[in-house]
Amino acid sequence: MKARHKRGIFILVGLVGVGLIATLVLNALQSNINLFFSPTEVVAGKAPQDRTFRLGGLVEEGSIQRQENGVTVHFGVTDNAETIVVAYTGILPDLFREGEGVVAQGKLGPNGLFEAEEVLAKHDETYMPPEVADALQDAEDAKNAEALAAPQGVTQ
Amino acid sequence: MAINVFKFSSPATFYPLAGKMVPWFAFVAVVLMVVGLYLSLVVAPTDYKQGEGYRIMFIHVPAAWMSMLIYVVMAGWAVVGMVFNTRLSSMMASALAPTGAMFTFIALWTGALWGKPMWGAWWVWDARLTSELILLFLYIGFMALESSIDDPRRASRAGGVLALVGVVNIPIIYYSVQWWNTLHQGATIKASSESSMTDIMLLALLVMTFACWAYTIAVALTRVRRIILEREGNTRWVGDMLEDKSNG
Repeated sequence: MKARHKRGIFILVGLVGVGLIATLVLNALQSNINLFFSPTEVVAGKAPQDRTFRLGGLVEEGSIQRQENGVTVHFGVTDNAETIVVAYTGILPDLFREGEGVVAQGKLGPNGLFEAEEVLAKHDETYMPPEVADALQDAEDAKNAEALAAPQGVTQ
Repeated sequence: MAINVFKFSSPATFYPLAGKMVPWFAFVAVVLMVVGLYLSLVVAPTDYKQGEGYRIMFIHVPAAWMSMLIYVVMAGWAVVGMVFNTRLSSMMASALAPTGAMFTFIALWTGALWGKPMWGAWWVWDARLTSELILLFLYIGFMALESSIDDPRRASRAGGVLALVGVVNIPIIYYSVQWWNTLHQGATIKASSESSMTDIMLLALLVMTFACWAYTIAVALTRVRRIILEREGNTRWVGDMLEDKSNG
């Protein structure tokens, strides 16, 4: 075996070793690396009690309620399985909208209300001009309307 | 008969070749950058959700891609240098590091500028942002380590080991948005499926990326020429070349 083959094998083994270590460490730290807990995890009691954590999900459609004092907002954060109601006092980010992603940092109160200190908007990876977005929305609305208008009993 | 690639692994042959290549890549970089910026800032349409602010992507995404690609190439050269004991390979690795660090910094910086208006935060310790910050530290660590050892061969070997160990960070950056939940969105452009972006935006992004490639090659070749002169300064061919220059 030539010296350079030896060095090559040595480097390859080293690289595999480092990769293995990294995999094991990251696997062990899995839950610490995740930025937020989903509503399902919170309901299952996986989120820390009496301690600040982040809750992430979609803002539930039609759930945004401005409270009487005018500055506090209540809204539901959902993962389409469970929903946690969040209370937040402050300025919401521009991209904060119903049906959009959101990450809130705060504490879960005893009454199940999540008191957020910070609310961040999470946007997705889709980019398109507004006209295209409108066209897609129209197409979807038309499809929904058609589904509603379809006579009962025709579907099998 | 195969082409003798080892001929070009000799600094004496590569030095003039690199010198001829630099102006071409510099020219291509400038042209693509002008076209790319025009497409990005003027031609590409407004985004339906983020308005005009999304345009920072045309700098941010190529910079982030380059930061990862350059690291892989740099580590590749370092491995070749360690296995085959070729001086030029290690010099290539050293020449790429500052540009990689620059792109990493640009990616982090433009990311912060984009994050504030869209997310509501300059910085979040999520997996994508944190692993990209580690990449910046790896580049800086590589440069610091190499420059702290006087003997070039030992410096290259130490730097090579660091570059190689750091390679594990690259898949972590790339897949971080899939493996963990993060504030950073997932990949828009994937090899496996169609990109979730309008064609003209994609075109602008690709032109900007190729501009960054050409820039990186031009700058790295310029830098490697300096490194060659620095490390081979006392050899015969450098002496001959300098003599030719002063006579001609």
